[in-house]
Amino acid sequence: MSQTAQLVLRRAPRRGGFSRFIENRNVLGLIFLLPAAAFLLIFLTYPLGLGVWLGFTDTQIGRAGSFVGLDNYRYLIGDNVFRLVVFNTILYTVVASVIKFALGLWLALILNEKLPFKAFFRAIILLPWVVPTVLSAIAFWWIYDAQFSIISYSLIHLGLIDHPINFLGDPTLARGSVIAANIWRGIPFVAITLLAGLQTISPSLYEAATLDGANGWQRFRHVTLPMLTPIIAVVMTFSVIFTFTDFQLIYVLTRGGPVNATHLLATLSFQRAIPGGHLGEGAAIAISMIPFLLAAIMFSYFGMQRRRWQQGGRD
Amino acid sequence: MAQTTTSAVVAVRGDEGGMDYLTKLPRRVVTIYLPLAVFLFVLLFPFYWMTITAIKPNHELTDYQHFSPFWVVHPTLEHIKYLLFDTDYPAWLWNTMLVTVGSTVISVIVSVLAAYSIERLRFSGSRTVGLVIFLAYLVPPSILFIPLALMVFKLGLYDSEWALILTYPTFLIPFCTWLLMGYFRTIPFELEECALMDGANRWQILAKVILPLSVPGLISAGIFAFTLSWNEFIYALTFIQSSENKTVPVGVLTELVRSDVYEWGSLMAGALFGSLPVVILYSFFVDYYVSSMTGAVKE
Repeated sequence: MSQTAQLVLRRAPRRGGFSRFIENRNVLGLIFLLPAAAFLLIFLTYPLGLGVWLGFTDTQIGRAGSFVGLDNYRYLIGDNVFRLVVFNTILYTVVASVIKFALGLWLALILNEKLPFKAFFRAIILLPWVVPTVLSAIAFWWIYDAQFSIISYSLIHLGLIDHPINFLGDPTLARGSVIAANIWRGIPFVAITLLAGLQTISPSLYEAATLDGANGWQRFRHVTLPMLTPIIAVVMTFSVIFTFTDFQLIYVLTRGGPVNATHLLATLSFQRAIPGGHLGEGAAIAISMIPFLLAAIMFSYFGMQRRRWQQGGRD
Repeated sequence: MAQTTTSAVVAVRGDEGGMDYLTKLPRRVVTIYLPLAVFLFVLLFPFYWMTITAIKPNHELTDYQHFSPFWVVHPTLEHIKYLLFDTDYPAWLWNTMLVTVGSTVISVIVSVLAAYSIERLRFSGSRTVGLVIFLAYLVPPSILFIPLALMVFKLGLYDSEWALILTYPTFLIPFCTWLLMGYFRTIPFELEECALMDGANRWQILAKVILPLSVPGLISAGIFAFTLSWNEFIYALTFIQSSENKTVPVGVLTELVRSDVYEWGSLMAGALFGSLPVVILYSFFVDYYVSSMTGAVKE
């Protein structure tokens, strides 16, 4: 009798506390989430919507625009510069991403070996990624100088060429130069993140493959790559998104020139909207990047799906 | 003869790790050390070039006949002096510091609350909110700067630090929240349950149990947010007009480059000093930085 009374006494406050906890969870969750939600709604979601709307208007700096439907997009499709810029952006993204991936994976594989001072190497390899893009791009600007380029100087000295290379003056060379600078900055990111992926692969898999008679290439092809696929998908999605929407490097090195050969969607959008004053048209150019980005995100999503499946299909 | 000695040495050392002993030293030199050296040279050369240009006097800078461009004969501080005393550079540094610290602090505080709420309070729909936050991270500034410029203008923030302090969190909060969610997930639920049993409320749990345990996560998020906002360019370029309000990347590019004459020495000095704060911070917290970078990708 007294025992039951004690039990009831003990249980009562606990049940009250527990149900209060359940009740509060949604309210409390909302309160904790509120600052972040407010920030993102005001400065991210709203501008995104505003950007889509602006793309349908003829807004200019200092003058509110009116709705013009698809006129901006229709004009852009007929615009040779815009079409060239779409081509440039795709070329820039594809070439830079493929080379970044290949070299980054190579560097990751090297760093995954037993090396002295490995932590030190890893730290200094990340430097190009850490330093502000604009500031390292200024260094590249000087390296690519038409007259005093250090690359030209070295090649002349080695007797390989007889006059300085006009890195940023010739359309093809300028494309190559900005892609090279982008690759330089992107390799560390790809290498270090893939290295993190490589370190999670158990050495026993390689030992088992070796016992089965696999050679180096086969171990790479049938053990490393499949184990690394999920992380490659995510890393390359990030890399593609950053490259596709790149602005800083081009703005510093060429401002889109020579003859628009290095203009990307982001730089064209800036040029038409801010110095040019055509906010509506600039917004339409920026919005036209979204389909490409969505494609990249879908790619990443399916990469992650595969990862879950590999780990045993939990949620 | 030399071959057998090396293989013997390698064989003895082979027990230390995996199957490394199967590759011999000369082969390792060609497949590992040589490519590594080339990678290091290419990745680090621009920094060397930046430094050497910053301390080179002008007459050496453009005279490749008499001076080897790879070295500096008479180092000078004149570019740095020009930068510090004859330009707005100190003001740019101060602005960048202010904006970076301001937006980082705001973002980390807001993200801690959001991440705790999503990961631990598990309110209904928290999974969806988590996914939405991840997608928000993938929205690049190049898409948002035009509408944001309009908003900044309408809010009367144009040409002030607040324009940047308030807009930088748009890319910092999603990243920090995502990172901290991953971090909070590693803290055992039991600790929180103990605290709940002891009568702590949620606020106390967050402040006295979760936060002390997630200091490494907070440092990672803080460092990464700091470097991201220090590097930011397009918003600063669009929202700031007057020279004394600019940040370092924008100021160096727009104010130091005058029509024809490029002051390469002071440009490089500006780039070097603008990079130093992030590089110093990075060098103290390399591991945190790497873990935040890889963590954000792995989750």
